[in-house]
Amino acid sequence: MADPLDYLRGFAVTFKKLFEDRVTGDYRGGKAKEGAPDNKRPKPERFHGRHVLNRYEDGMEKCIGCELCAGVCPAKCIYVRGADNDPDDPTSPGERFGYVYEINYLRCIHCDLCVEACPTQAITESKLFEFSFTNRNDAIYTKNELVVDDDGMPQKMPWEDWREGDDQLTSGWMRATSSAGDHRYEGSVHWAGELGYGVRAPEVGQSAGTISTDGGNSPAEVRSENDG
Amino acid sequence: MILGLDPLYVGDFMGDLLVTLLKVVVAFVFLLISVMLMVWFERKLISDMQNRIGPSIAGPWGILQTLADGIKLFFKEDLVPDNADRFAFKLAPYLSLVPAFLVFAVVPLGGDFNGDDGDGVVTMFGHDTFLQVADPPMGILFFLAMSSIAIYGVMLAGWGSGSKYPLLGSVRASAQMVSYEAALGLAIAAVVLQTGSLSTHDMVLDQAAPGFSLGAFGIPNWNIIVTGFVPFVVFLIAGTAELNRPPFDLVEAEQELVGGFHTEYSSIRFALFFLAEFMNTITMSAVIVTLFLGGPAGPALFLPEGWWIGTVWFFLKLFIFLFMFVWFRATLPRFRYDQLMDLGWKLLIPLSLAWFIMLAGLRVGDSENWSTTKTYAFVLGFMAFCGLMATLLTAAINTARSERIKAMEDANG
Repeated sequence: MADPLDYLRGFAVTFKKLFEDRVTGDYRGGKAKEGAPDNKRPKPERFHGRHVLNRYEDGMEKCIGCELCAGVCPAKCIYVRGADNDPDDPTSPGERFGYVYEINYLRCIHCDLCVEACPTQAITESKLFEFSFTNRNDAIYTKNELVVDDDGMPQKMPWEDWREGDDQLTSGWMRATSSAGDHRYEGSVHWAGELGYGVRAPEVGQSAGTISTDGGNSPAEVRSENDG
Repeated sequence: MILGLDPLYVGDFMGDLLVTLLKVVVAFVFLLISVMLMVWFERKLISDMQNRIGPSIAGPWGILQTLADGIKLFFKEDLVPDNADRFAFKLAPYLSLVPAFLVFAVVPLGGDFNGDDGDGVVTMFGHDTFLQVADPPMGILFFLAMSSIAIYGVMLAGWGSGSKYPLLGSVRASAQMVSYEAALGLAIAAVVLQTGSLSTHDMVLDQAAPGFSLGAFGIPNWNIIVTGFVPFVVFLIAGTAELNRPPFDLVEAEQELVGGFHTEYSSIRFALFFLAEFMNTITMSAVIVTLFLGGPAGPALFLPEGWWIGTVWFFLKLFIFLFMFVWFRATLPRFRYDQLMDLGWKLLIPLSLAWFIMLAGLRVGDSENWSTTKTYAFVLGFMAFCGLMATLLTAAINTARSERIKAMEDANG
């Protein structure tokens, strides 16, 4: 037999909710009028969103057309074809470059395995997740859309809802796994710069205090280390 | 026929007709606008109670959301299923909507009921009238009649759809509404006994009279107190069931019946059902206020005297019940069907019937000048008798059930 007072307690619970904070936010999908609130919830640091194809500071593309990302992709959503660089006007600093690079976002499950597989950190994931399309062809992002612009920042397509911070810390996952393969994360920084933001200092505990954070890890130096 | 006429119409007929037309239009528009606000209020309040924000885009604080929804529904395709009984299918929404409107006609909306000469009469363009569309002598019976007709709307909608889930929903609905109407009527009977009149205006007048006073404080003569709370509680529960609102919304139990009786409805016909549902919520609250909380009667307090004090009080009280209905919905889980029937037939109806008989007994005692001791003895004796009967009945039911179960177990080995 239930305590009759329990019924009243139930009413008290719902009444108290009136004065609590709201769980949901004022979200309008980037279509808010001037001055109207349009908030998204904060995203985790290693959020897996839309991919970007990175470039070096000198404008060279990082992708070398090795197709490892396409090979590892469990959803088979990546299509890559490599081609030899023109020696006089190379696209990437290696022998070959990604001639065709397409990702089908109707298939992509944002597992980030392509990012882990990439030997040159050419592909990383931004935190943008809101890009809807109205036909199947629009779901296939080609190299034109994926590759970063001259400032090293992702191209912001008109149908995408970019928010503050969506293009930051895109290498968060690589920092955790260490692209050099060192599971203890020791040694110098082995990852390239963030999209247009330069290189981040190692995080506390990431290298057990053995690494100095006094600069010296500029993208150029990192690149020379990798090349050497 | 003459019972349906407002006695105030006798005399200058044309002038009164115009005043009546004005009142009808005002009540109609008021009800439509308040439905719009009620839908918004319910959605907003229930999202507050669920830590959500609720509609916030259409208009300031989303207040125009209902309008947007209405326009959207208006432009949707109007479907009539092939299997439908076309006439019943098309008639049903109006049978739901019209009674919801009509009930509001007998609810007093305002007027000054204070003091010795406060009789709620206001003067409009030189015509004395009440602030209610009509005050027929059959008053509250009209409410019962209309809420019975609303059942036809639900029943015909389910039947006319030619589809099984709406039919199941409407069968539930009619069973539920018919059973709770008995409790509803018995709770009203207690009020009618107290007032000695069926007219809603007389009920308000009766409740506006000065009540029992405790020193400086006067306890209002409201029926909620005078009839001893029980009819009020019964009416509130039965009323919620009559409205098919949560926790009694088995009629539209989505998990079991898709959408219930209006599964096959779309477009403007669905909008009419929706409108009727929320309109019923408002009119039911208004009827509760009229029956038990003195309607527009209330002291002027800080406000200057005038006819509109009654209206302010009325809306204040109305609002409490609208809030309560939403609160019910946010808090209580839906009843199971057998629980619903148990509550209605085995608790509410016997309870309200016993209470009604007790009130009647007290009135007899009043006219026969019983002493205080005799009155108390009657009340206690009656309650003890009813309690004993209830215990015996429960025991009998339990025994019968356990024997039935035992017989079944024996048969199954």
